[in-house]
Amino acid sequence: MEIVVCVKQVPETTEVKIDPKTGTLMREGVPAIINPFDLHAIEEGLRIKEKVGGKVTVISMGPPQAEEAVRDALAMGCDEGVLLTDKAFAGADTLATSYTLACGIRKIGRFDLVICGMKTTDGDTGQVGPGLAQELGIPHVAYVNRINEIADDYLVVEKLVEDGLEVIKCPLPCLITVLKGINEPRLPSLKTKLMARKAEVKKWGAGDLEGERSRYGLDGSPTQVIKVFTPEPPSKGERIEGPPRIQAETLYMKLKELKVI
Amino acid sequence: MPEINVEKEKCVKCGLCADVCPFGCVMLVDGYPEFKDCRFCGICVSRCPVSAISIEKRELKEVDLSQYKGVMVFAEQRGGKLAPVVYELVGKGLELAEKLGEPLQAVLLGEDVDECAQELLKYGVMKIYVYSHPVLRDFRDDPYSQIIANLVREVKPSILLIGATSTGRSLAPRVSTMLRTGLTADCTGLEVDEKGNLLQTRPAFGGNIMATILCPRNRPQMATVRYKVMKRAEPKPNPQGEVENRTVDTRSLLDRTQVLEFRRQEAEVSIVDADVVVSGGRGLGGPEGFKLLGELASLLGGAVGASRSAVDEGWIDYSHQVGLSGRTVRPKLYIACGISGSVQHLAGMQTSDVIVAINKDPNAPIFNVATYGIVGDLYEVVPELIKVIKEGKASG
Repeated sequence: MEIVVCVKQVPETTEVKIDPKTGTLMREGVPAIINPFDLHAIEEGLRIKEKVGGKVTVISMGPPQAEEAVRDALAMGCDEGVLLTDKAFAGADTLATSYTLACGIRKIGRFDLVICGMKTTDGDTGQVGPGLAQELGIPHVAYVNRINEIADDYLVVEKLVEDGLEVIKCPLPCLITVLKGINEPRLPSLKTKLMARKAEVKKWGAGDLEGERSRYGLDGSPTQVIKVFTPEPPSKGERIEGPPRIQAETLYMKLKELKVI
Repeated sequence: MPEINVEKEKCVKCGLCADVCPFGCVMLVDGYPEFKDCRFCGICVSRCPVSAISIEKRELKEVDLSQYKGVMVFAEQRGGKLAPVVYELVGKGLELAEKLGEPLQAVLLGEDVDECAQELLKYGVMKIYVYSHPVLRDFRDDPYSQIIANLVREVKPSILLIGATSTGRSLAPRVSTMLRTGLTADCTGLEVDEKGNLLQTRPAFGGNIMATILCPRNRPQMATVRYKVMKRAEPKPNPQGEVENRTVDTRSLLDRTQVLEFRRQEAEVSIVDADVVVSGGRGLGGPEGFKLLGELASLLGGAVGASRSAVDEGWIDYSHQVGLSGRTVRPKLYIACGISGSVQHLAGMQTSDVIVAINKDPNAPIFNVATYGIVGDLYEVVPELIKVIKEGKASG
């Protein structure tokens, strides 16, 4: 089975601090990591390969330093790594990202299964997986929590929905986005880490892909951020003072008055 | 490729652009910004106090925006019952449609969904496009996305709103990719400007900042909206909408996945639907604290929620997590116990009607959003509150 896993490099924490004086972001010293959801995608790809044979290729789009994320995936056991990197890819929203990844995956060649994390911790949209499936013209199943069966030409998976789970049969080639509950990602060993450091990571720019240039990066992105702001602190409420018993009684009275209890 | 430029004549060398760049791409050289590996996010452009920075895009084919009119909502249903988020999409959709002076429409897919359509009419939707066919009984991405994309191409709504449910989040990106238009996830604010552009506001960077996003060149402008963020629509006294039944041509539909089985899992807690949520955080000190909160919650007929820290500590299951990385809740009463109130938690509960915060730290950010704040030990206050409520109930 030819498996492609998509990963993204993200800042290690989303708890970006805001400078109280200037109201601006403070990011100093925040290291970059593989999007935590993608670790589960890599792990699932490796497990399928271990079960039925094949190859796992990891692909990412990002600035040159995102090569680190690809190497981390190689250290976990992926066979090949590709980084799509070009100034022309910069400023991409989820549509342009899906398109560019699709161009990269087509260049990799034959694939049976594409695996993505359910979402990234920085963008937090979960849109690239299904969008990528559409660009590739293949079906997808989102929110996969378990793979029940891997056949030559189809998968049976469990998709988590609000009130339960659906068992879905999906023909290959297809794309799945996976939840954290699907597995426990392995840790790379020192040996695989060293191997990954020496491994080749293919770097492809716009010139290497057969896509339309106008669909990459900012040019290919219909959405535009026009404003960023810090959420307004809501007005201060009322403090209830006194010993615990009095506080409880006062609160009870007030909630009764508001008819919320 | 786009270019980012600074007009040195305008630049006042304040350095704000370097401070706000989320990617650290701005270097100041002699006080002027220089951009390395710019990702064209536009944040510095919007923050520059003297408008000295600009991003130039290549000229692109323009879509004739004037052809697109009206607001459309996806009327998600499951087993013949409208998803609760649909009422909120209709509420917001009506508001936007009124402002634009254009109609609100809905698209409804399923098998035998007449009742859903009749129900929806009561809320003032002007036109409901109904696709009823056994093939559409279960949600499946292939047929659903094709039908909606085809309808959009024909009817040309200017705005398309979809609930950010497991269905909507899977469906919306497929539809927007088919239509090659913009899609903004998890909007918490939607407004239209005088040109009819949809101003889509959503939390970014874990909710620490809010971003307003536009889709200026493409239509429809698509957004997903989380349940419990927008106000629910109210039934209208004289609804005048109509239902248009559409034929489903299965021969032209791609249809590749198959739902073999559905296993209902009873959610033991439904923090999303509860009128009262009693939540605990790190201040609980351990899993036992949730027993106490559970007692208070069941007295009030509510559910137990938790902050991310409490879930990360393993004190309670993820299904209880409130916040940006958990569920968004909007109960009548939210009681936060031992929760400091990180931005990511606040983003998931601050629209609750009444918020009570109980925390030892008088400076905890949770007090900034609390209607009533109690500085104290939750292990002293909550048991007293339980007693008082029981006494209140006993005395009728």
